[in-house]
Amino acid sequence: MKSRQGTSQPLQYLPFEEEVARIDQLIAQQGNEDSLHGKNASKIRQLQVRQTELLQKIYSNLSPWQTVQVARHPRRPILNDYLSLMFKDVHPLHGDRCFGDDKAITTALGQIGRHKVMIVGQNKGRDIKEKIACNFGCPNPEGYRKALLKMKFAEKFGLPIVTLIDTPGAYPGIGAEERGQAQAIAVNLMEMSRLRVPIVCIVIGEGGSGGALGIGVGDRLAMLEFAYYSVISPEGCAAILWHDGTQAPRAADALKLTAKELMQLGVIDAVIPEPLGGAHRNQHDTIYNVEQYIVRTLHQLKRKSIDELLEARYRKLRSIGEKCLNLAEIQPQIPERLSAKVQIEKAVQEAAEAKIEVQ
Amino acid sequence: MKPMAKDKKKKGWNGFSLRPRKEMPEGLWLACPGCKEMLFRKTMEENLHVCPECDYHFRIDGPTRIAQLADEGSFEELGADLASSDPLKFTWGDEKYQDRIRVNNGDGRSHEAMLAGKAFIKGRPVMLAAMNFGFLGGSMGMVVGEKFCRAVERAVDEKLPLVVVSCSGGARMHEGVVALQQMAKTSAALARFDQAGGLYISVLTDPTTGGVAASFSMLGDVIMAEPGALIGFTGPRVIQQTIKIELPEGFQRAEFLLEHGFIDMIVHRKDLRSEISRLIDYCGH
Ligand SMILES: [Zn+2]
Repeated sequence: MKSRQGTSQPLQYLPFEEEVARIDQLIAQQGNEDSLHGKNASKIRQLQVRQTELLQKIYSNLSPWQTVQVARHPRRPILNDYLSLMFKDVHPLHGDRCFGDDKAITTALGQIGRHKVMIVGQNKGRDIKEKIACNFGCPNPEGYRKALLKMKFAEKFGLPIVTLIDTPGAYPGIGAEERGQAQAIAVNLMEMSRLRVPIVCIVIGEGGSGGALGIGVGDRLAMLEFAYYSVISPEGCAAILWHDGTQAPRAADALKLTAKELMQLGVIDAVIPEPLGGAHRNQHDTIYNVEQYIVRTLHQLKRKSIDELLEARYRKLRSIGEKCLNLAEIQPQIPERLSAKVQIEKAVQEAAEAKIEVQ
Repeated sequence: MKPMAKDKKKKGWNGFSLRPRKEMPEGLWLACPGCKEMLFRKTMEENLHVCPECDYHFRIDGPTRIAQLADEGSFEELGADLASSDPLKFTWGDEKYQDRIRVNNGDGRSHEAMLAGKAFIKGRPVMLAAMNFGFLGGSMGMVVGEKFCRAVERAVDEKLPLVVVSCSGGARMHEGVVALQQMAKTSAALARFDQAGGLYISVLTDPTTGGVAASFSMLGDVIMAEPGALIGFTGPRVIQQTIKIELPEGFQRAEFLLEHGFIDMIVHRKDLRSEISRLIDYCGH
């Protein structure tokens, strides 16, 4: 079977892609690439057209839970792919000068388009060895502190910051708590809101709650089309609501965690399109789209004065959830005939009438 | 109603329990989760909701907290009528988040998960906010974020110190990323307060976890905690489920945080008022 990425490993199909997989099998049965000019050529082309239509149909109607599955696809481009394809002249910077070097967060100097930037990104790792080294993309406090240290460095020398978010969440461990996971994230939120350089944040895969937000405060927040961003994992939410982690698809529906829904809620600024069939089917196009967005956005942001940017950054955050309702608007309205006043009047009247009858 | 066996009496609380602390049951008597002693409810309440035997600090709601901290009758509430607009239209099964908000508003006043307002503490004017664990686990949604920011802005305008008593399980799931972003919003407001030179005293009470711990409650100029309070990013049950090893004794308790350098001091509830007012004096407010 030949995968579209041209790598030797077969593409892993998601549960809702059975039909796509079947067509791939049929194509494989028709013969290899050479036969494109042979007798099976038209048959293969027919199948490919059908598959393309099918992918279009599936991916334009993904459910929130299917989106989460795409965002977690093992072949989805991860930070390292962006570092090698999107940035030039990448110089990683290590360590938080305090405890260690968290591999779940990579910080590096790099160039994108004509812009020299500080890159801060969460890394999940591709093979199992890498995954273990970077803790499956779950940062520890030293990761957030390293990120802040490098961002302060960027501020000092006027380098814009690009953050690429892809984490299931901040690591829930004993060491993480001992070293102040909550404090590390809190400080990042406060400092990022006032760093005097442009900051562009992009959710490229999983946006897992506070762990994602810890490097996710900036002038622009964008998401890839099939990334997700949520206050709690769908599994965790399902465990709370139904005491059953397998209800995750229902939880995903309720949480409004897709890029499209968050765009409608006004929480994010842009949705970056993914190629046909999701980012894992075409790394290059995905990364190209992200690059275009970043280059264009940095160009816009750099034209504004930093004070203007900071004011807009604050206004943006301040406005999220600003439109609370007045309590009176959500209190159930009591019909006039049942109100206390009418009830008392009625009782008094009845009592008066009863008295009259007795007399 | 019978007191526990005498041999268990002074055993004391080991400072660590994975079970959630029980909300106070109704009745004249109640068992102290700390020392297992039977306490006369009224005595405990008159003792600032602290066990007279073992100093176990019972969880208290926002209005009680304000009554304990502020000078009598000095609290002037801000944004008392704010209510969530239910941005996600969150539903699960037959239940609606909307209905939960209404049920919790039974008294016709919105305490939501936070009360905020201007108050006096031993004659010193402050902006005071206290969280309400009884309202959806004290979770932070748009109303908490909004009340918090209004309090901070007022504190900047009137050059008042800010005192916030946290008691929360984290961000409110039912408001999704809107709730998550309240972490950034409150922290950004504090950045401005910090730049304006304001004094922010954060008081952590049992429990302070998740998105509240990872935002405004850990950003105090001074951070105090009540004895034995559970404080951390991830709750102990989730950590244990994830790493599957026994958690050390006293893990994530106030004493643990003090030892690891994340809070300034542990303050007994009876000393909170005097400690806060002394700090305000030191910082020249
Ligand atoms: Zn006791």
